[in-house]
Amino acid sequence: MAQTNPILTVKNLSVRYGANAEPAVRNLSLSLGRERLGIVGESGSGKSTVGRAILRLLPRAQVTAEQMQFEEIDLSTASERQMLAVRGRRMTMILQDPKFSLNPIQRVGAQVAEAYRTHFRCSKAVARAKSVAMLEAVQIRDPERVYDLYPHEVSGGMGQRIMIAMMLLTDPDLVIADEPTSALDVTVRLNVLNILDGLVRDKGIGLITISHDLNLVRNFCDRVLIMYAGQVVEELAAKDLDRATHPYTRGLLAAQPRIGGTRQPLPVLERQSEWKTAGGAVS
Amino acid sequence: MTASVSIDKMGIRFGSVQVLPEVSLEVGAGECFGLVGESGSGKSTVLRCLSLLLDNWSGEARIGGTSVRALDVMTRCRTVQMVFQDPYGSLHPRHSVRSTLSQPLAIHKLDAVEDRMAQAMTDVGLPLDFLDRYPHQLSGGQRQRVAIARALILEPQVLLLDEPTSALDVSVQAEILNLLQRLRAEKGFTYLMVSHDLAVVDHMCDRFAVMQAGNIVDILPRDAIVGNDARHPYAHELIAASLRYERAL
Repeated sequence: MAQTNPILTVKNLSVRYGANAEPAVRNLSLSLGRERLGIVGESGSGKSTVGRAILRLLPRAQVTAEQMQFEEIDLSTASERQMLAVRGRRMTMILQDPKFSLNPIQRVGAQVAEAYRTHFRCSKAVARAKSVAMLEAVQIRDPERVYDLYPHEVSGGMGQRIMIAMMLLTDPDLVIADEPTSALDVTVRLNVLNILDGLVRDKGIGLITISHDLNLVRNFCDRVLIMYAGQVVEELAAKDLDRATHPYTRGLLAAQPRIGGTRQPLPVLERQSEWKTAGGAVS
Repeated sequence: MTASVSIDKMGIRFGSVQVLPEVSLEVGAGECFGLVGESGSGKSTVLRCLSLLLDNWSGEARIGGTSVRALDVMTRCRTVQMVFQDPYGSLHPRHSVRSTLSQPLAIHKLDAVEDRMAQAMTDVGLPLDFLDRYPHQLSGGQRQRVAIARALILEPQVLLLDEPTSALDVSVQAEILNLLQRLRAEKGFTYLMVSHDLAVVDHMCDRFAVMQAGNIVDILPRDAIVGNDARHPYAHELIAASLRYERAL
């Protein structure tokens, strides 16, 4: 999908935190068109670090890259002033848990409207109307009433939809969703993902979903990168996930208990040291 | 070493909120029984009441035929133990594994402390030199193993498992689930296990209860998941959502 005109190109990204000997991300390359890319890995594999490095949200880490291009902007040299105009406007991020990501002492509608007013000059009334329309688009019933609620008055699924509304309101070209539904119950998880998916497709947004959940990326991504110890060990079309060849990916798939499974002991991942050195660069 | 659990009309309110109106369930000796439901449905509260971490509840709970309130605290701790969700929160950061495991032994004045600690470490598959480590020197899976060793060391009959793997990666979850299955086979524990993941429940449990807003709306055998045989609409929806999510349909 639109591979000829990528929204985001990253070549050989490495990130090192503080004095750590091992970099958190090593030689990661990716290119994203108007498609849905999944980044999967275990905790500590560096998948969230990639998202934050793209948004330049790691002021204290050493970030190096041969190339980090977002549309016409070179992310490795852009000034912070330039980044302020991009971040939250053309490139946005949906975080894991609405309980911690929304400001607890501000009405949710005001927070959505603020995201819009930060980037567009308009009256409060216009921002409010835009926000209400967006809340409606994420299938919140009675958005006028919800606009005036505080975060503790909304459920987890509703909170996450409010965050999605906030992040899509500025009509971004790239959305990074970092574990967008892992704090939600399974009954609302699919609903939230379907709403996000529908909006992303309608608007032709490039989406990077960061997750530890193989089922999620299988159902809601076109392409998947599998990360281990800061490196990409395998890249696959999501529909081919079951045909993964890398032993790490196969190990992750096998370790999942399945409904109607055999109840035999689950295969346990035997970690190999050569996974840390093999692979890395994926176009 | 096995005991049945029977909960009869357990009810609790926090302030003005009736968290559990009236919960009743029976778990056979040596059975693994699951509690599922969405967050806030009272699953963990049942475990906390049963272990008397909360004691202002009404109704009755029996382990092996004896009311939990009738057990003195020492006997209770040797009968029922709990493993918590988050191994990053449930281990004291400034206590070594040795001190975490030796304190219950000291409190209960048990002999052969070193042997018991060695046995518990072997049971959960950790090397003995890990006794001198602190929680920050352990991975998440290793910490959960320590938490399980701490629960085992007093040789209880019933283990209450409160989302024991939901803070862990799938690969580590597989190790812990295998460990829990092996321990149940070896020691005949009765498990009461809270989970939000029906695939885990299907893998581990013989029967499970679906909770909604503090009520048990349905009690189902494990086999009911795969064909979604739930009768209650909410239980049906929960299983359907999990099946859709797994794309098992």
